[in-house]
Amino acid sequence: MTDAKPILRLDGIVKTFPGVRALDGVSFSVMPGEVHALMGENGAGKSTLMKVLGGIHQPDEGAIYMGDDRVVMAGPLEAKAKGIVFIHQELSLAEELSVAENIYLGELPRKSFGRVDWTTLTDKTNAILKKLNVGFDANTLVGDLSIANQQMVEIARALTVDAKAVIFDEPTASLTDAEKSVLFDVISDLQADGVGIIYISHRMEEIFKITDRITVLRDGQYQGTVNTRETNEESVTQLMIGRKLDLTRNASHHEIGDVALEVRNLSCGKLYKDISFEVRRGEVVGFYGLVGAGRTEIAETLFGLRDPSAGQIFLDGQEVRISSPADAITRGISLVPEDRKGQGLVLGMNCRDNMTLPQVDDLKAGPFVAEGAEIAIFDQYRDQLDIRTPSWRQQVGNLSGGNQQKIVIGKWLSMHPSLLIVDEPTRGIDVGSKSEIHKLLRALAAKGYAVMVISSEMPEVLHVSDRIVAMYSGRIMRTFTSDEVTEDNLIQAISGIKADQAA
Amino acid sequence: MQPGALSKALKSGAIWGFIVLELIFFSVAGSYMSLSDTAFMDWENMLLLLKQSAPIGIIAMGMTIVMVNGNIDLSVGATYAIAAIVLLDSMTWPIFAGLGDWVIPVAWLLALTVGTALGALNGLIVWKTGVDAFIVTLGSMLGYRGIVFMFNGENPTSHLNWTLVDLAEAEFLGLATASWFLLAVTGVVWFLMTRTVHGRNAYAIGDNRDAAVNAGIRVGPHMMINFAIIGFLAALSAVVFYSESGSVNPNDGQLYELWVITAVVLGGTKITGGAGSVIGTFGGVIAIQLLRKGLGHIGADTSTVNLVIGLILIAVLFLDRQLNVKGKEELKV
Ligand SMILES: Nc1ncnc2c1ncn2[C@@H]1O[C@H](COP(=O)(O)OP(=O)(O)OP(=O)(O)O)[C@@H](O)[C@H]1O
Ligand SMILES: [Mg+2]
Repeated sequence: MTDAKPILRLDGIVKTFPGVRALDGVSFSVMPGEVHALMGENGAGKSTLMKVLGGIHQPDEGAIYMGDDRVVMAGPLEAKAKGIVFIHQELSLAEELSVAENIYLGELPRKSFGRVDWTTLTDKTNAILKKLNVGFDANTLVGDLSIANQQMVEIARALTVDAKAVIFDEPTASLTDAEKSVLFDVISDLQADGVGIIYISHRMEEIFKITDRITVLRDGQYQGTVNTRETNEESVTQLMIGRKLDLTRNASHHEIGDVALEVRNLSCGKLYKDISFEVRRGEVVGFYGLVGAGRTEIAETLFGLRDPSAGQIFLDGQEVRISSPADAITRGISLVPEDRKGQGLVLGMNCRDNMTLPQVDDLKAGPFVAEGAEIAIFDQYRDQLDIRTPSWRQQVGNLSGGNQQKIVIGKWLSMHPSLLIVDEPTRGIDVGSKSEIHKLLRALAAKGYAVMVISSEMPEVLHVSDRIVAMYSGRIMRTFTSDEVTEDNLIQAISGIKADQAA
Repeated sequence: MQPGALSKALKSGAIWGFIVLELIFFSVAGSYMSLSDTAFMDWENMLLLLKQSAPIGIIAMGMTIVMVNGNIDLSVGATYAIAAIVLLDSMTWPIFAGLGDWVIPVAWLLALTVGTALGALNGLIVWKTGVDAFIVTLGSMLGYRGIVFMFNGENPTSHLNWTLVDLAEAEFLGLATASWFLLAVTGVVWFLMTRTVHGRNAYAIGDNRDAAVNAGIRVGPHMMINFAIIGFLAALSAVVFYSESGSVNPNDGQLYELWVITAVVLGGTKITGGAGSVIGTFGGVIAIQLLRKGLGHIGADTSTVNLVIGLILIAVLFLDRQLNVKGKEELKV
């Protein structure tokens, strides 16, 4: 492989947006049959580089070569025609159309009179879906699929054309382990066919499991390329953030206070049953389980988005009925939702307004919105969370994926809630900021907040929680204190094996 | 049954259920309150209804395409009036004097070309400026109507060509010429939207524009074609109607855009784009025409008709929302 020629080479790519130099002379190449990781902090320019390659952005300077020929990717269709397939970071699907139409969007097979050739379309699609081993067929509406299955539809696009290179931009952010292993199988099949894979992810385990080389970007600049086998997590991280990462957990030396939230025998249809737990002031309680275990639904109930069918909720010892999000907010509950695009952000609004959205009413100076106060809040959380944006005026839709997530977190932190619920707080967030967010959650607890963290990443729950609630299919299997929990007994609990059975 | 299948079935069938309700209501109410002694559900009456649906119906087919595509066109009423003037006036132009009855196809072609061009112009502006279609066509609605008034002031433009009138009043297999045009346009647009790549791309763009762009669909030119189509259909509607009537007032076609949009929305097309059906729109057109005719049949005046249709539109959108909330486990809004 070492003496083979790269199938694809980007040379000295520069791309600027108003106020941001997103790429500053980046070079990058992909060999046939290799999996090449592209890493970097949120906003480092990974997605932008790939959009240049995929014909979505035109570079200001620099060139793209395929083999020995210089090529220009005038648009997405042209890039596709040249064999470059782009699986996007944000789901890029039309929900009212079928799976087949989505997979072949932009190049539906035609018959005479511009008619769609449905038979060919369905057959080709079903063949691909069979390879992916998914539980839906070509005619299913994409809107009826779960987020994970929608991600599989995106992945299916990689198999439609005779690809020379496939770009995966954070494909695993919402996949379960089973789906992940299907994805990795797909990747190794493509690899065996000599396709070059570009793989973007913030998850180190994956990077070290499946990639051959790693290229690191920082602030739009090329930091270097290393062979995965000859490096380790620590040095990659250092390359990414330019310093050593402090991973020590600041164990809670602070006092645990009174019970802030108590839930007794809460049920909601088939979503979850008989849920009882408490969260004290000064405590971080982690909720761990597989996707679909009912954790998000509990959070939604506590935030007034769902009515429980049975059970009681107590806040500071008083029984309450939380009727709406507005009600929840006045009671001091904040929810950082799982799906930032759908629930957390107004993409067309600027950063500052997004962050202060839930509290504009409180920030009024007379009848007017108090701009100064808003900017002060924004500045505080921009610094605290290290949000990369040229100014508060930037539209949130133009921020990198991870920075969007930070805006959502900042928005709810700025409300100073007494109970903070965060659902998958670090999905799509780079290692540096991840540890910042973890520290922040611990610091909030130390200040006397009650914090609930829902996460599907084991290192995360182990790292931040004082206690861990393990859930399986709508029920609490076991609650661990941080002393008794181990990776093994946690895995057992969330796979539905009861402690006594296992013993 | 799949979750949501019931609500989907209800939704796609709802407009037809509504039509049946209207028929029953007006038949029963009509037998007590009607001024005439013919029954409401009289066959002749229903055929007339289909014919009268044609002007709005033909434009509504175009609006379905444009709205599914995620746009809207408010200028159709004005385009309709301009096309009518071109049709009637061009037949009197001296250069065509020697053509005899051959002036008819020439005038038709001219009117249709003008309509298509006006539609395409809307599309071009939406494409090149990126301004919302609502704003662009609001402007062209005013602008195009201005042109109508510039042409002949407040006066009507009239020209009767008897060959043309005969043609328009002709019947074939019991259906009037206008009815045939409505059915043909419905068929063609249905084919376009369900069977062709262009139609499916219209749904994709309306549903998720970024996804369509990422997939390499050329969204701008695509939208322009759809605006040209609706311009063409607005002109076709005028051609069909004024071939028979022979006289156009400068105010003709006003509020057509609202009737058309109401019919399309009643027929189940999503206002935000991405979903909608041509057959549903056909139902919406018939339902509105039934309502206008039926209320007239039992003696209500125009203002009552408008009030009732407005209320029904709101009720339908409300019901649609309710149907979309499936059971208690769904998230509250
Ligand atoms: N369309 C745009 N307009 C303005 N700025 C943009 C645009 N797209 C990206 N940027 C900016 O370019 C920089 C790089 O963004 P990019 O999306 O490439 O980051 P990333 O490395 O993919 O980050 P993440 O890990 O969070 O996805 C960011 O500062 C972002 O705000
Ligand atoms: Mg990105």
